[in-house]
Amino acid sequence: MSDKQQSIIGAGVPRIDGPDKLAGRANYAADNLPPNMAYGYGVFSTIAKGKVTRIKVDEAKRMPGVIDIFHHGHFPSLYRTPSSFVQGNKVEETRLPFEDERVYYEGQFVALVVADSFENARAAARHVEVEYASESAVANLAQGLEDNGTQAGGGHSRGDAASAFDSADTTIDVTYHTPVETHNPMEMHASVAYWDAQGNLTIYDASQGVVVERNALSKIFAIAPERITVHAPYIGSGFGSKLWTWPHAIATAAVSREVGRPVQLVVPRQQMFTTTGHRPETRQRMRLATDGNGKLVSLRHEAINTTSFTDQYVETCGSVTKSLYSCPDLTVSHATTQVNRGTPTSMRAPGAAPGLFALESAIDEMALAAGVDPVQFRLDNYAERDESQDLDFSSNHIVEATKQAAERFGWHERNPQIGSMREGREIVGYGMAACNWEALKRPCDARVSLRADGTAFASCATQDIGTGTYTIVAQAVSDVTGIPVDRITVKLGDSSYPDGPISGGSWATATTLPAIAGAARNALDELKRYATGSNGIFAEASADDLSVADGALRYDGKQASFAEVLDAARYGSADGEAHTEAADSKYSYRSFGAHFVEVRWDPGISHLRVSRVVSAIDVGKVINETTARNQVEGAVVMGIGMGLFEATEYDERNGRPVNNDYAEYVVPVHADQPEIDVILLDYPDLAFNEYGARGIGEIGITGLAAAIGNAVHHATGKRIRELPITLDKLMDDVPQAQSA
Amino acid sequence: MRHFDYARAESPQQAVAAHGSDRDAAFLAGGTTLLDLVKLDVMQPQKVIDINGVDLDTIERLDDGRLRIGAMVTNTALARDERVVEDYAVLSQALLAGASTQLRNKATTGGNIMQRVRCPYFRDGVSACNKREPGSGCAAIGGVNRTVHAVLGTSDNCIATHPSDMCVAMAAIGATVEVQGPEGTREIDFGDFHLLPGDTPAREHALEPGELITHVVLDAPLEGNRSAYLKLRDRQSYQFALASSAVIVRMDGNTIREARVAMGGVGTKPWRAPEVEAALKGKTASEALFTDAAKLAFEKATAYSQNGYKIPLGQQAIVRNLSDLTAA
Ligand SMILES: Cc1cc2nc3c(=O)[nH]c(=O)nc-3n(C[C@H](O)[C@H](O)[C@H](O)COP(=O)(O)OP(=O)(O)OC[C@H]3O[C@@H](n4cnc5c(N)ncnc54)[C@H](O)[C@@H]3O)c2cc1C
Ligand code: SF4
Repeated sequence: MSDKQQSIIGAGVPRIDGPDKLAGRANYAADNLPPNMAYGYGVFSTIAKGKVTRIKVDEAKRMPGVIDIFHHGHFPSLYRTPSSFVQGNKVEETRLPFEDERVYYEGQFVALVVADSFENARAAARHVEVEYASESAVANLAQGLEDNGTQAGGGHSRGDAASAFDSADTTIDVTYHTPVETHNPMEMHASVAYWDAQGNLTIYDASQGVVVERNALSKIFAIAPERITVHAPYIGSGFGSKLWTWPHAIATAAVSREVGRPVQLVVPRQQMFTTTGHRPETRQRMRLATDGNGKLVSLRHEAINTTSFTDQYVETCGSVTKSLYSCPDLTVSHATTQVNRGTPTSMRAPGAAPGLFALESAIDEMALAAGVDPVQFRLDNYAERDESQDLDFSSNHIVEATKQAAERFGWHERNPQIGSMREGREIVGYGMAACNWEALKRPCDARVSLRADGTAFASCATQDIGTGTYTIVAQAVSDVTGIPVDRITVKLGDSSYPDGPISGGSWATATTLPAIAGAARNALDELKRYATGSNGIFAEASADDLSVADGALRYDGKQASFAEVLDAARYGSADGEAHTEAADSKYSYRSFGAHFVEVRWDPGISHLRVSRVVSAIDVGKVINETTARNQVEGAVVMGIGMGLFEATEYDERNGRPVNNDYAEYVVPVHADQPEIDVILLDYPDLAFNEYGARGIGEIGITGLAAAIGNAVHHATGKRIRELPITLDKLMDDVPQAQSA
Repeated sequence: MRHFDYARAESPQQAVAAHGSDRDAAFLAGGTTLLDLVKLDVMQPQKVIDINGVDLDTIERLDDGRLRIGAMVTNTALARDERVVEDYAVLSQALLAGASTQLRNKATTGGNIMQRVRCPYFRDGVSACNKREPGSGCAAIGGVNRTVHAVLGTSDNCIATHPSDMCVAMAAIGATVEVQGPEGTREIDFGDFHLLPGDTPAREHALEPGELITHVVLDAPLEGNRSAYLKLRDRQSYQFALASSAVIVRMDGNTIREARVAMGGVGTKPWRAPEVEAALKGKTASEALFTDAAKLAFEKATAYSQNGYKIPLGQQAIVRNLSDLTAA
C-alpha cells in the first residue's frame, strides 16, 4: 500500500453525501411522493388509560377528500412479531395498532383518517369523535411503584456488597433521578407505503434499521421478507427513536393495502413525544464504600425505570458500573415499574447515559467523602480488567485519557474549596467524569463492484443516520482498491442490499467496515482472475503475482487500470461479496474516555452555563477524523441538554406530556455551546476488527451530565441529584405554593 | 382542509370593513402566532383578512418627540431602526432577545402586542382552559407551570404570562396604541391595553371585535436616559423569559432622578412596577437600594406549584439591570 492509500483511513474526508443534502437532492422519507398517493393523519387518544367506548366517524367520513377512516373496529387483522433481537424482527411496542379498544397512553393511535390531501386528512381527523371510559392513570415512576411495584430486569452480582459496605470506613448512600427525555430528531417520523399488484410491499420509512424493519413487517403481514423492501437512504437523525418499527409505520402499510394506493403518514411533533419511544424516567440508588486508602470496597447500583403496560423495556443503568471500577463486592440490579406512557426505547447511550450520571456523580461524592481528589480517586480505582466477565479488556487507555484531558483542561489549577474560584460576578466550577461504552460488532454482509468505467460501487443494508457512514464506507473501499473516494458510489438504507446492521449501539462502523473491506478484496480477487485469464491483460501471470495500487493492477513493472483489465476481459464489473461475523468473546471490548467541564454560576441572576469542555476519547482507531470529532462534539452538546435542560414533563394528575413541542422541550441552542476540545486517542483495537475501530456515536454523551453536576457542586456546594439541573434548583429560599 | 374565507386588504379602512364585528374573523399579519394556532386547531377563524398590503410599515418621529410605529413594522426592522437604537435601547434589546431571527423577520409590531399565551394547556386543545373554553377550568394551576406561568396578576381562572418581550419594553417606555374600528379611530394607553385575567381570562385586551391596531406611539424618550433589557431563561436563546426586566434610568451623578421599571415572564400582562420606580426616585444608587426596591414589586405575588422561584428571579432581573445601568 502506498502512503496515500494508508492515509485515507483516519483522514478527515468530507461527507460524500454532503452536497446532495445541501442542494436538497437527498430525499427523506416524506419527500417520496409516488403517483396517486393518499395521506394519513392520526386521531390520538386524549386519555392515558382506559377504553375507547365509541368512535363516531360519520361526519368526518363525509368531509371533502376522505377515503376511509380506520380504528379498532375497522382495521385489517395483522399478526404480532415475536420481536426477537436475535431473529432480527424486534419492535419496541409489540401491541399492534388498533388491536383492541384499550388505551395505554396518551397520544396512542385510536383512529387513522386517509384522505386525498394532508389538509383534508387532518381536518377530518379533528371531526372524528371518540368517547372514552377513562381510568385513573399511572403518571410517573413514583405512582408506578405504588400501583404495581417493580418487575425484575436482570443484573450482576459478585462478592458480598452488603457486608463489605457495613464494615467499611467511609460510605455514601444516595439516590439519583433522571426524567423522561424525548429524542426529538429534526426529521419527523414518517412512512410512505405502497403495494404492487403481486402483493409486494415497498415502504420508505425514517428508519435506523431497514433489515429489522423488513423482518418485523414480514412477521406482521405474514409474507416472505423477500416481498418487502424498506428504503431509508437518508434519515434526519434518530438518536435511537428510529431503530425499531413503531405503530405508525405498521398502520401506514396496512391501510395502504386497504385503500389500494400509496399512503403517506407523518407523525406530528406532539405524538413524537408519545408513540415513538423515549428515554424512560429512572431512580437509581447508589451505595458506595471505601477503605482507609480510598479504595472502593463495595458498590451497589440499584436502578428502576419506567416502562409501559404493554412491554417491558429495561434501561440498563448499571451496565457500565459492573466493569469501570475495580471492586470485589458489587451488585447491579435493574427493575421496571409500569406507567401509562408509550413504550420507552434506546436513546443515545441507553443505560449508560442515565447510569453514568448516577455512577459518576456518586464517585465524585465518594471521593469527597474519602478526602481524595476526584481525578486521583478514579485513577486509583479504575479497573484493569473486566471483573464482571473475568476478561481482559482488548484495549483500554482510560488512564491516559484522564490524564491528557486533565492536563489540557488545567485541572491542577482547581482550588478544591467550594465556591472559591471566582471571576467577576461568576463562580467557576470544575468537574469531571469518566465515560464508557460497550463496543459491539454484529454479523454483516456487503457487496462491492469494480466497474468497467473505473468506478466502484459498494452496498450494504445499513444506514447513514447523519453520522458519516456513507463516507467511511467509501474510505474503506478506497483503502483496499486505491480508487479515489470521488469515484466510489455507496448505497445504503435499502433492505434489498446485503444484510447490514442497525445504525445503533455505536456498532455500525465496527460491523460494516470489515464486511466492506472483505467484499472489496473479493472483488479484487475476481478482477485478478480476469486479468490472468486466457484473454486477460496479464495472461502470463498468476493472480498471486499481481499487486494493487491506485485503482490499477501491477505486474512485472507494467500497470493496467481496473477499467483496462475489465475491458480486455470484456466484463462489465468484478464483484465481491463478504460476510463477517459478530465479535468473539475473548476479550471485554469497551470504549473509554473522560470529560472535564467548567461551569459558571452567576448567583446574582441565577444563571448557570457550561463554559468549557475538554473530552479525551479512546475508541480505538478513528476512521474519519472530521466525522468522529463531530460525533463527540454533538454528543457533548446533547449531554449539556441532558444536564441542564431536557425533561419531558407529564401532568401528574393524568399522565399527559405537557411540554410537547420544540419551544417548550428545551434542548441546547448554538448560544449554549461552549468551547469543546476533543482529544481522540486513536489506538487501534486490532483484537476487535481489522481496522481496530470500536465506534464513536454514543460514548460522548455518557458521563457528561455527571461532569456538569460535579462542577456545579464545586461552584455552588449544591449536589443536584435530579436532572435536569435547572436554575430554580440552585436558588436559595424559593417560595413554595400556598396550596396545590 | 378546514376552510375559511381569505381577503387581502389594501388599506386599514378596507381591513376594518372586511372584518366587520365578526368574532370569527382574524387579521393576518406575520402569521407566526395565528397560523401556528390555526394548525393546532386552537384558533379557528372563519375569515382571515390579510393586512400585509395595508400601508402601515413606517416609523416616523412626531413633532412632539414621540415615535410613531406602524403596526406592520417587523420586529427586525423596529429593533434595527436607528432612532430606536439611539433613544430606546431597551426596546431594541427586548426585540432582539425574542424568538429567532426568522420569526422576527415575519413578526410585526401589532401582532407581537396581540400574541397569545404560550401555556401548553391552552395549546393542546384538550385540557381544561378558561381562555380557550371559558368555564372549563385552568389545568395549569396545580399542573406543569414552571416556565410560562405568572406570579403577578394571576387569578383562580388563569395564570398564563403574557409572553412578549417587546411589550415589556413598551410598558416601561410608555406608549399609546392607535386603533381603527368600525366606529372610527381611538387611542388606548399602553398600560390599559392588556387586561388581567380576573374572571374573564378569554378577554385579553381592550380591542373591540373588528378593531385594528394601526400604530403604537412611544412616549418621547427621557432626556439623557440609559436603558436596557435583561432576560433570564434556561437556555441562552430562543426561549420565552422566565423573568425579565426593562429598565430606563435618568441619572444625576450617582442619584437616580427618574427610573422606569417593567417586567416580563412574571406577570399575566406586561408588568409595570410603579412602586419600584417610586422607591428609586431621588435616591443614591446602591445594591441595597435596588434589592429593597425590587422586593416591592413582588409583595402581592403568588407562587404556584412549580414557579415560586420566579419571585426571587424577577427581583434579580431588576437588581442586576439597575446595577449595570447605574454603574459608571
Ligand atoms: C417558537 C416561537 C418562539 C417565540 N419566542 C418569542 C420570544 O422569545 N419573545 C417574544 O416576545 N415573542 C416570541 N414569539 C412570539 C412572536 O413574537 C409572535 O408570534 C409575533 O410577534 C406575532 O406577530 P405576527 O405579526 O406574526 O402576528 P400574527 O400571527 O399575524 O397575529 C397574531 C394575532 O394578532 C392579531 N393581529 C395581528 N396584527 C394585528 C393588528 N394590526 N391589529 C389587530 N390585531 C392584529 C391577529 O389576528 C392574531 O390574532 C415566539 C413565537 C414562536 C412561534
Ligand atoms: S393558565 Fe390560562 S391559558 Fe393556561 S390553562 Fe389556565 S386558563 Fe388556560
